Amino acid sequence: MDSNPKGNIIEEVTNKDYEFGFVTDIETEFIPKGLNEDIVRLISKKKGEPEWLLEFRLKAYRHWLTLKQPDWAHLDIPHIDYQDIIYYAAPKKRKELQSLDEVDPELLDTFNKLGISLDEQKRLSGVAVDAVMDSTSVKTTFQDTLTKYGIIFMSFNEAVKQHPELVKKYLGTVVPHTDNFFAALNSAVFSDGSFCYIPKGVRCPIELSTYFRINAANTGQFERTLIVADEGAYVSYMEGCTAPQRDENQLHAAIVEIIAETDAEVKYSTVQNWYPGDKDGKGGIFNFVTKRGICRGDRSKISWTQVETGSAITWKYPSCILKGDNSIGEFYSVAVTNNHQQADTGTKMIHIGKNSRSTIISKGISAGYSQNSYRGLVRIAPDATNCRNFSQCDSLLLGDKCGAHTFPYVQCGNDSSILEHEATTSKISEDQLFYCNQRGIGREKAIGLIVNGYAKDVLNKLPMEFAVEAQKLLSITLEGSVG
Amino acid sequence: MLFSIKNLHVSIGGKEILKGFNLDVNAGEIHAIMGPNGTGKSTLAAAITGREGYEITEGEIWYKGKNIIDMSAEERANEGIFLSFQYPVEIPGVSIQNFMRTAINAKREYQGLPPVSMVDFLKTMKEKQAMVEITDKLQNRFVNVGFSGGEKKKNEIFQMAMLEPQLAILDETDSGLDIDALRIVANGVNQLHTNDNAFIVITHYQRLLDYIVPDFVHVMYDGRIVKSGDKNLALELEAKGYEWVKGLMG
Repeated sequence: MDSNPKGNIIEEVTNKDYEFGFVTDIETEFIPKGLNEDIVRLISKKKGEPEWLLEFRLKAYRHWLTLKQPDWAHLDIPHIDYQDIIYYAAPKKRKELQSLDEVDPELLDTFNKLGISLDEQKRLSGVAVDAVMDSTSVKTTFQDTLTKYGIIFMSFNEAVKQHPELVKKYLGTVVPHTDNFFAALNSAVFSDGSFCYIPKGVRCPIELSTYFRINAANTGQFERTLIVADEGAYVSYMEGCTAPQRDENQLHAAIVEIIAETDAEVKYSTVQNWYPGDKDGKGGIFNFVTKRGICRGDRSKISWTQVETGSAITWKYPSCILKGDNSIGEFYSVAVTNNHQQADTGTKMIHIGKNSRSTIISKGISAGYSQNSYRGLVRIAPDATNCRNFSQCDSLLLGDKCGAHTFPYVQCGNDSSILEHEATTSKISEDQLFYCNQRGIGREKAIGLIVNGYAKDVLNKLPMEFAVEAQKLLSITLEGSVG
Repeated sequence: MLFSIKNLHVSIGGKEILKGFNLDVNAGEIHAIMGPNGTGKSTLAAAITGREGYEITEGEIWYKGKNIIDMSAEERANEGIFLSFQYPVEIPGVSIQNFMRTAINAKREYQGLPPVSMVDFLKTMKEKQAMVEITDKLQNRFVNVGFSGGEKKKNEIFQMAMLEPQLAILDETDSGLDIDALRIVANGVNQLHTNDNAFIVITHYQRLLDYIVPDFVHVMYDGRIVKSGDKNLALELEAKGYEWVKGLMG
């Protein structure tokens, strides 16, 4: 018996339980609520940071005070009280960790539950992981292998201590603290994150990945990732994230900076699965992230691939500054919103180098009462001759109570460059569903099949390790979104 | 009896389209249903296969000893009812291979069987696509995307061959086909036809019935069958035209 009343297949919206909504019961160290110069100093002290980094933070904090939270996005953002947030929380450590045996078993268990094994013996796939819980890095795996190649991959905090010259050289060069409100905030209070440096001519032999986990309540997560690929280097980097299910909203304001020198290539993949809130829009992560890469050298390449399924609100524009001649920027995105989720996401491709090329493929999927916007800028400088851009922005609507919006901006400074923009909006039709049903495929499976087909161009860009997870996630996120 | 429709009344949006339709089909038989546009032929196909929005106000549809009117579309499909669509829909990004494997595994799950092995699946694909003269290349294309009219219909028959239904309904399968494609499609159907399955061939024109020879021909008008006969009825209809049918209504 068909449980759907006739005619309202895409009406009823229910929520599939969020799989990663559990809380780890672990002793956590907090600092007092609120934000002022003393808090900034305290965070820096907790981290044992050098003076120059404290100065960096303070400069950012003072600038942040002059800024207002941006309101230009197509988002309805509830009031955020920045004095009601705890800016630092860390699982309590007994001593410095030398081996896995010393990591709190509760923490290991948490990451195991998330499918992230920190035990190298048990990992078959050969992916080095930096696991970050709340404000601190728990463990970075595969250090020995990486050291052999001269690759530096460690928590940001460690990098500041061990490689201050590198961090100092690159920090804030792509996303300066003056960039925007959330970047200024992050620069003032960032806690931990990952640092990665691939030396000249080295192809990183394994995938690097950082797994972010918010655990503590009432805290914000402000991580900072810095990836540098020196001349001729290559790295593929993946980022994953989850958070417990809570009724209050939690703030996440991260920065990712990527630098690709001459002939270098960085491939950055994200599967963003922060807690999205419940089906009535209660709770969930506010995700305000600044991600930007610069192709500094000629023939360098940066490729962003993102699958965005989580967060109550997403505000995120992974971008490329194409400074080098013949450099390449790519942005592949699938953004899914269900229930009351809101996403305003896209990219900026700034062409400064001659013959630079960029590709934008954005696939938005909206269900329930959600709002999903693509916002993108393609700017070609007057001197950047013979540039190419191809943009394709597709929207798929499931139901008639959600919204899909496209805000493409184009600024072309010369007439030797060629820009193409394609956009479509479509719905999963009753005809498509019935066609699948008639072949014995039920509704949920049919939706999964059609949506994955729609997002195929982007999913194909993900590393194997992520692709399967992403496909499942897409189906799960939309489960229950059709009757 | 494999399949039986009794006094079927079907409405769409409150408007009655089928008005007391009756049909009995035994295993091994081919029935042709002919009739002018707007007489309810496609509504009949939709009602049999369980499409939503088609309200059955009266009557029964019996299949393998069960009244199926409360079964969902996918259940009916998994029970062995197949529809070759008049206008097969495009599903971008989904390869025919993926689509078919999902369909076959859905049916196997329904039957309590484990998923088909990749080796067996690919072997079956190869066999069945040869039946309708489909090249390997077509299989990696997305479902019906950019297909010619002939390719779409061949693809429908290919899917039918893969799913091995016991009751297959061909809705205007001949429309949009050139004579070569028509022959290929008909050959496919004839190869699939056994003593254990049955076909209902819905068509406007006699032409298809030169290739798929029916045991019975029914003429449909205004929501019901107005005349039944053997294959010669199709020829008579072709000669006399549908105006003649109206006369039969009295």
